[in-house]
Order: sequence, then structure tokens, then C-alpha cells
Amino acid sequence: MFKIFEPNKIFLITSKAPKYVIALFAVVFSIGLLEALIFSPEDYKQSHSVRIMYVHVPAAWICLGIFSSITFLSLSGYIFKNKNFFLIAKSLAPSGFVFNIVALVTGSIWGKPTWGTWWAWDARITSMLILALFYLMYLIAWRIYEDKENVLKITTIITILGIINVPIIKYSVDWWNTLHQPASINVLSKSSIHSSMLFPLLIMTAAFALFSLLIFLMKYNTELIKIKNKGLDRL
Amino acid sequence: MINEFLYMNGYGLYVWSAFSFTLLCFTSLYVIIKNQYVKEKNKFVSKFGALDSKKAKVAISQTINKEILSNTQSI
Repeated sequence: MFKIFEPNKIFLITSKAPKYVIALFAVVFSIGLLEALIFSPEDYKQSHSVRIMYVHVPAAWICLGIFSSITFLSLSGYIFKNKNFFLIAKSLAPSGFVFNIVALVTGSIWGKPTWGTWWAWDARITSMLILALFYLMYLIAWRIYEDKENVLKITTIITILGIINVPIIKYSVDWWNTLHQPASINVLSKSSIHSSMLFPLLIMTAAFALFSLLIFLMKYNTELIKIKNKGLDRL
Repeated sequence: MINEFLYMNGYGLYVWSAFSFTLLCFTSLYVIIKNQYVKEKNKFVSKFGALDSKKAKVAISQTINKEILSNTQSI
């Protein structure tokens, strides 16, 4: 059923893809930076500090998306007994973790001029910090238990526990009275953000997604070569 | 005009530090992952070079091994 996901076949694509992805990322990211730092307008309330949104929001979106994907892949790996799903999940984690850190730090930098503080134990910020801890546990588990049979079980348990936190992050601004503002962009209803700000935000999101794809491809290729190195030992 | 652009109504320090931190994270992650990749590839090449001709023939028969040894993967 999942023959398309066989590493031998995938590697033919993943080994060549990074050079195209990095070129595309360079173009999209350059346009995104120009839009975010020069062409987009300043906010009537937050002035130029609103520009931090163009790195903070895409990083937060992508780290949440990657964690959800890791959980889905880990569970699918168990259900369909396909170890390649775990390998894909493992290769996604480093960029997810880094995006989580970027979201936390840029949020903190944005918080100082907006709220007058670098940090608050607010529901949204605290739940994002908890997500970073789950990412860290996931990455450490792979490092500690690598080559052991129970690594798949342990990492899957971490993702299942961590995914409970994802809807909490999403709805924390609605469920609790938080310092963090509610969502400005809604897929199901009208967004409260102006198109002159939405456009650069979407370009930066595309650039960040391309960067995480690049890191994923490089990490996945590394993992496959690592497996093949062990294969050479067995010859 | 350049000063105005850098100063950003007094928010320049916050904006530039947020963007700089993001770029620093991107660069660091890229360098770390790239180094891991180069290390594993070099390990593979040296292990492959140490194989006798019979084993090397078996190893090279696999498409993935051939692909790893090819020079097309610059990244």
C-alpha cells in the first residue's frame, strides 16, 4: 500500500530536491523580507513593531503544523507498521523545534514594546513553552534510545501527550482572558487583518515552509545514509 | 532616510533583533544539518572504499547506494 514511501524510491527524489528547494526559498524569502520590512505599512497602534509579526506568526503556525504532522506520522507508523513514517517524523522535528524557539523569542521581543514586558505566564505563551518542551523530549528520546526497539514507542507516546497541547494553544486566547491577542486570521470567517499585511504574512509563511522542507530533506537524506552505513557493515 | 528605516519610530531595536534572531536560527540549523549530512556521506564513502570488490559489487547494485556515491548531491 505504501510502496511509494519506500526509502530506495524516495531517495532518488529527496537527494536531488534540496538544491531546487534552497533556490526557491532564497527567492521567496527575499521577496518576503522586502514586503515585511519595506513595503508593508506600519500599524496605527503598534507602529513599526507590527513587523515582528512577519517572523513570529509564520514560525508559530509552522511549528504547530509540524508537531501535528509528527503525531500523525508516528501513529500511522504504528497502525501500518511502516518504519519510514517514523523516519519522516524524526526528520521533521529539528525544524519544528527551531520554529517553536523562534516563535517564543520573537514573541517575547514583540511583547516588550506592546505589553511592556518580555514574558508573562499567559495561557498562550505558557502552552507554546510546553510545546517546546515536548519537542525537546522528542528529540532527546531519539538521541538517547536510538537503535533500540522501544524508541518508536517512547517517541509516539511523547507526541500523543504533546498533541493534547495543540488545541489548547489554538483556543487559549478564546478560553482564557489572556495578554495575547485573539487570532486575526480565520479560515472559516472574515479575517480582521488588512490585505496589505496579509500578503507579506503569507509570503513569509511560504518562505518558512520552504525552509522547513529544505531542512527536512537534508535530515531525511542523512538518516537514510546512516541506515545504509549500517547496511555496509553487515555485508 | 536610511536612519529612519533603521530607527523605525523607535522600534528598530525590537524589529531588527527579531529578524536577526530568526536569521541566526535558520543559518545555525542549516549548518548543523549540513554538517551531519556531510559527515554521514563521508563515512559511507570511506566504508565503501574499504569493501573488497565482491562486496562492493553487491553494494553498488542498490540504486540508493549508487545515488549516495554520485556527485550530484551537493547539498
